Amino acid sequence: MNMLTSLMLLPLIGALLISALPTTKSLLAKQMTLGTTLLVAIGVIVMAIRFDTSKTDLQFVETHSWIPTFGINYSVGVDGIALVLIILSALLAPIVVLAGWNESSGGRWSAKTFYILVLVLETMIIGVFSANDLFLFYVFFEAMLIPVYFLIGGYGTGQRNAAAVKFLIYSLLGGLLMLASIIALYVLSGEQGGHTFNINTLSQLQMSSTTQNLLFLGFFIAFAIKAPLWPLHTWLPDAAQSATPGTSVLLLGILDKVGTFGMIRYCLTLFPEASKTFTPLILVLAVISIIYGAFLAIGQKDLKRLIAFTSISHFGFITMGIFAMTSQGHSGATLYMFNHGFSTAALFIVGGWMMSRRGSSKISDFGGLQRVTPVMAWSFFFAGMSSLALPGLSSFVSEFLVLVGTYTRYPVAAIIGTFGIVLAALYILIPVQRALHGPTMPGNEALSDLNLREKIAIAPVIAIIIALGFYPSPLLNIINPASTHTITQAGFKDPLAQIDPKAGK
Amino acid sequence: MTDFIVPKLSYVQLSPILIVLGGALIGVLIEAFLSRKVRPIAQLTITLGSLILALIQLWHIRHESALTAAMGSVAIDGATILMQGSILLIAILAVALIADNEHFTVLAAAVPGSPEERDSLQSGEKLTEVFPLTLFAVAGMLLFPASNDLITLFVALEMLSLPLYLMAGLSRRRRLMSQEAALKYFLLGAFSSAFFLFGAAYLYGYSGSVSLAGIRAAVVGGSGNDVFLLMGIAFLSIGLLFKVGAVPFHAWTPDVYQGAPTPITAFMAAATKVAAFGAMLRIFYTSLANANWDWRPMMSIIAIITMLFGSVVAIAQRDVKRMLAYSSIAHAGFLLTGVIALNKSGLDASIFYLFAYGVATVGAFGVVTLVRDSSGEVTDLNKWAGLAKRSPFAATLFAGFLLAFAGIPLTSGFIGKFSIFSAAYESGNKSLVIVGVLSSAIAAYFYIRVIVLMFFKDAADDGTSVIIPSILTRSTLIITSVITILLGVYPAPLLNFINSLASFIR
Repeated sequence: MNMLTSLMLLPLIGALLISALPTTKSLLAKQMTLGTTLLVAIGVIVMAIRFDTSKTDLQFVETHSWIPTFGINYSVGVDGIALVLIILSALLAPIVVLAGWNESSGGRWSAKTFYILVLVLETMIIGVFSANDLFLFYVFFEAMLIPVYFLIGGYGTGQRNAAAVKFLIYSLLGGLLMLASIIALYVLSGEQGGHTFNINTLSQLQMSSTTQNLLFLGFFIAFAIKAPLWPLHTWLPDAAQSATPGTSVLLLGILDKVGTFGMIRYCLTLFPEASKTFTPLILVLAVISIIYGAFLAIGQKDLKRLIAFTSISHFGFITMGIFAMTSQGHSGATLYMFNHGFSTAALFIVGGWMMSRRGSSKISDFGGLQRVTPVMAWSFFFAGMSSLALPGLSSFVSEFLVLVGTYTRYPVAAIIGTFGIVLAALYILIPVQRALHGPTMPGNEALSDLNLREKIAIAPVIAIIIALGFYPSPLLNIINPASTHTITQAGFKDPLAQIDPKAGK
Repeated sequence: MTDFIVPKLSYVQLSPILIVLGGALIGVLIEAFLSRKVRPIAQLTITLGSLILALIQLWHIRHESALTAAMGSVAIDGATILMQGSILLIAILAVALIADNEHFTVLAAAVPGSPEERDSLQSGEKLTEVFPLTLFAVAGMLLFPASNDLITLFVALEMLSLPLYLMAGLSRRRRLMSQEAALKYFLLGAFSSAFFLFGAAYLYGYSGSVSLAGIRAAVVGGSGNDVFLLMGIAFLSIGLLFKVGAVPFHAWTPDVYQGAPTPITAFMAAATKVAAFGAMLRIFYTSLANANWDWRPMMSIIAIITMLFGSVVAIAQRDVKRMLAYSSIAHAGFLLTGVIALNKSGLDASIFYLFAYGVATVGAFGVVTLVRDSSGEVTDLNKWAGLAKRSPFAATLFAGFLLAFAGIPLTSGFIGKFSIFSAAYESGNKSLVIVGVLSSAIAAYFYIRVIVLMFFKDAADDGTSVIIPSILTRSTLIITSVITILLGVYPAPLLNFINSLASFIR
């Protein structure tokens, strides 16, 4: 069997086994989840090693007929961009499980259900990134919402019901607009040589520019809600505030990447002309997201909301990199997705430990953690540095690439975007100063420092952030051919020569 | 003096209908001759037996399709076979719910609150008339989408409606509401029948024929009086739109759905919809296809307001049966887009949608029958809060059906929605697709709200409980949910089957 399919089946099998366990055996459920996600991670790493970076077309392709009446195939395969995102998901999943070892106990339902949902979600995430059939992609794109919805609503805190519903309605609305566009593509393909959902075939369709613009919007709005781009972002802070830190990592670190991934894979490939038409508008929105997210992050009193707004700012950068339409911008954006996954994970994981120990997510409740819990404080500081893209850490490389890639074509956008970096220093350093330094706030004296499990969970995150900061070329080697391919396929020429993989070193 | 021509009936083609009618007649005899004690089991056996036998017989004759029976007044073509199959399967599933006699009053004729009623309830006896009534209704439903002339169509319409009017009034609890629902249904149904007849008369006046083929010939020829044609289409449509519950002829739906005993609601919500849309598809796809410039614009407007109205008003509902009623109105709107599509894929999609929706509807109402307190079924949504704590089984199943109604991928509802919208788009009705997609988003909101209620709210201590379903009810619930998921994950076999069979003789 194909590797991708096996990797998708693995978490499902794990989920099935766990569902057979009695509810009381929550420890065994956790261990099995951790084992399954580790197996997937190993499988993905093996796949990454076997991935041929010299080819631009999809690899590990597998196609079966699924619903022949509509020309729908079960068709999977990955290019460099998809592979990187699958690596991200597969690596983050065991870390999330290990870091949030006790997260599942505070929910409405048993820990068992929590881990079943997480594993089902992992299957769908791998599926959504590897789908090579538009219908299959849509199925995963929508079905993915259901486990997340239950994870937020069932295991979150505070206004979790409202947040879960808001998340689902926003996503469904976007998804249904996309469905209308997909139906239109399907009908067009039927008129031009036979019903199909094959993405390559669909990208060759002839259509009038009005049609293309409308269909593009259907897709783009769905992805912009997911990503999220200003002004469609309002669900994210609520969801992130209510979800458990682990769920937030999955949501912001991985799921939201489906939006930016979709922009590259579907918006640009299927509607190159419309993408050009809308580029100015989208760049404006992206720049607004960068600045708006940063300003709102500065003003947040709640740690989880703060991280959510930093993410909105970061997604602005990613979107800008994508629509700069240079291969540097694209490579940067893809790398950014990967790095953002890890830096957000670090923030949420360490922040989650801080919050669960203190029993509050208000920044003002912390203070002086540096003295009480030095390891935890340093980890948070490090996560913050990664988020503000300190040179030497991985996010610097990607932010730099995005800005350089954008500057070559849209200098104004790049220059305004650069202010986002300045603001990032503010929104990270202010909470770092308030939470970690200064006098120890009452109530914080007895907090315990990280235990061995937590250290093991955060160590690989930190290691990856540092390693990729100094040596990003393994990932760039995977990404670059795919980026260049997407750009040329969409009919753009690079204003600069092929990017040097050692850039940003 | 002309010779009497012996009509050739083609009994083989008619056999599924005849089997069901035969079962109904045996049921009537059982009511007359068997003692009350053995009646329930005997009736159930006869009912399920004849329905299953009819289904088997239908399977045998599926390839003898594209034929007419009873001198051309009944068309047994591929589309008929598929509709009849759906109706029979839905009826079997619904009868399993009906068999749980808890829901029915014992003496339907007793005045609510009277001593007779009290005595009858205390006697511990069971109402069994409902079984032959169901079979009569099923026979009418089998005939309705098969009817090939206006007279048969009208006979079938009455045949399916009259038992349903009665059955709607049989509720054991809240009898006044149930009887009110039955009366409302009857009066409005009678009006719509009158409209239907009126339309049929105009079409006869236009074409000089009552057969659908004759009307088609007249429409294609275009020789008749167009006013008659337009009046005919308008009034005939009103009669049909009433039966499917489309806005503005939907007013009976919530009251009847709420008042009728829940198993009956399940049966009529699912099976009537198949039968009525079946007939509608036949009329509009064959006789009136060439007049589509005349009816499509109006029908599109009705579809649009039906989709939007059903979805929006459902949000305000506080009663689960009323909510499902408004959701059925919204679904009638989605199905109308399949009628308007007027192409082969529209026909295929409508048949698939009808089957998928019907099965999920029976399942959803099946779950409703399980939620009880001391005074019977609990349909107040507020009391459904925390249902997942009381019974994860019931809540999960219900959530699954709601997700199917909402059209979430990996459920049958999504495949249905996709196929019906793509058929509508293919025929150039883009605005219908846009409205359909938007109202799906609105509809998703109230389906999700119920899921929130069941899973994310804490249960109040108000005596609401979920009973352990009987074996029959349980098998209905399991079968409906398995079909709902299966058609979402692997619909290819059914789609192929429909695709190869679905066609109307002209």
